Amino acid sequence: MSSVFEIIGPVMIGPSSSHTAGAARLGKMARYIFKEHIERVDLTLFGSFAKTYKGHGTDRALVGGLLGFDAEDERIRDAFKAAAKGNLQYQFIESSEEGGHPNEVRFDLYGKNDYHMSIVGRSLGGGRILVTNVNALDVEISGEDYTILTFHHDCPGVIAAVTSLLGRADVNISTMKVFRKRKHCEAVMLINTDSPVEASVMNEIQKNKDISSVMYFEPLEKAVTE
Amino acid sequence: MSYLYDTLADLMHLSETHELPVWEIVIRAEMESTGETREAIEGEALRRVQIFKDSVVNGVEDRKRTMSGMSGGQAHVLLEHTPRLLSPVAYKALTYAIAVNEANAKMFRVVACPTAGSCGVMPGCMCAVGEEFEMDDAAFLRGFFTGAGIGNVITNQACVAGAVGGCQAEVGSAAAMAAGAIVAMLEGTTKQVMNAVALCLKNVLGLVCDPVAGLVEVPCVKRNGVYAVHAFSAAEMAMAGLISQIPVDEVIEAMNRIGRALPSSLRETSEGGLATTETGRRIAAQLQDM
Repeated sequence: MSSVFEIIGPVMIGPSSSHTAGAARLGKMARYIFKEHIERVDLTLFGSFAKTYKGHGTDRALVGGLLGFDAEDERIRDAFKAAAKGNLQYQFIESSEEGGHPNEVRFDLYGKNDYHMSIVGRSLGGGRILVTNVNALDVEISGEDYTILTFHHDCPGVIAAVTSLLGRADVNISTMKVFRKRKHCEAVMLINTDSPVEASVMNEIQKNKDISSVMYFEPLEKAVTE
Repeated sequence: MSYLYDTLADLMHLSETHELPVWEIVIRAEMESTGETREAIEGEALRRVQIFKDSVVNGVEDRKRTMSGMSGGQAHVLLEHTPRLLSPVAYKALTYAIAVNEANAKMFRVVACPTAGSCGVMPGCMCAVGEEFEMDDAAFLRGFFTGAGIGNVITNQACVAGAVGGCQAEVGSAAAMAAGAIVAMLEGTTKQVMNAVALCLKNVLGLVCDPVAGLVEVPCVKRNGVYAVHAFSAAEMAMAGLISQIPVDEVIEAMNRIGRALPSSLRETSEGGLATTETGRRIAAQLQDM
């Protein structure tokens, strides 16, 4: 059984939940992950996104999302004008390559002093999304849960250290995945939790000597990005 | 006591055991599964009903064409015309459903119901009935939750995406939800709701998804109108006492099987049907050069 609001919903700007609502959410997620002020962005579109983006308003939705608009925000329709006003430069690149998914986009975001971040995401249908890659590292961020990502050295004790910190903070883990490139090499831990994680807990996690960096995301609809 | 349901037979059973209408079971199940209060759930439903109404107004009033030029302004043409065959309320449902789908194609705010491509049918039917019979919020809530319960079962037991099950899954589900919703708005019985769903879905089986140029416009926009009237036919038959010989859950199962048997060319890939007609291809080529 689903929630009735997943059946009669999402509330969205048309015309397509995958090509428009999902695109807006991907744009907003990219803005949220980048955190800095975005000066310019290259958007590389793959698959069906590349073929049908104009007719579906995928381009406006992506730009609207990058400006912080939600999928139901009517400003999406005039997102290009809003981008001009907000000094956000953007260009769309239609890739003929097959992406990893029929509806995929790569954001190359640039901020002050050419600070750059590359983010790849997919629109899964019904407005649901998944960010699959950040700066060439494989990740899974859906924007639906509280998500912690650690980039760490693959060695014993790291997972236990993080989970016990969460346990002590009374945070319940709903799902968890660990990936690594090779044995004793760079690894990523993905943790979804049922409740928000305090900044003090995140600081403790960050202090672990085997963790090089850590990211934390709230559900997209709760995240304040404007 | 649990109000959770998986099938329409479950909903029917719960409704009869507790002597409560379908919509009330659906609200109780939502409270049970999400832990939200009735006030919060009904409040969000009414917010969405208001978006139904706003999207009807936007679609009727905005006469501009879509970016592709394939649609837009057709609801307004219908509004100016005097119907000769359909009853006033059925004609209104036709007009409003097309209006909502045009609003969707023109990037107005809509509620996917259950999908964006089929977002006109249930709002079109509900707004027409609500207006015609001067109904209050309570009537719209009856329709909303009845439609949502039906959509919930179809989504989880079968499919509602054109890419998975063709248009029968998409506009077919929307029409089935609408048929049940109308009966509930008019305070029909649980049996009438279920028969309306079965009769509605049975008569859309096999409908394929073949949109021109991959956009949610041709045939989607006018199809939303046609299937709003189809939902009226099913609801009318059910309220007259006609019953479906095939039980509703079996109809849903048949829809699912048929959908998955459809070739991929007829499941939203625009590689068959209307999309690959001479004119369909020409429009797609023109849009590619836009």
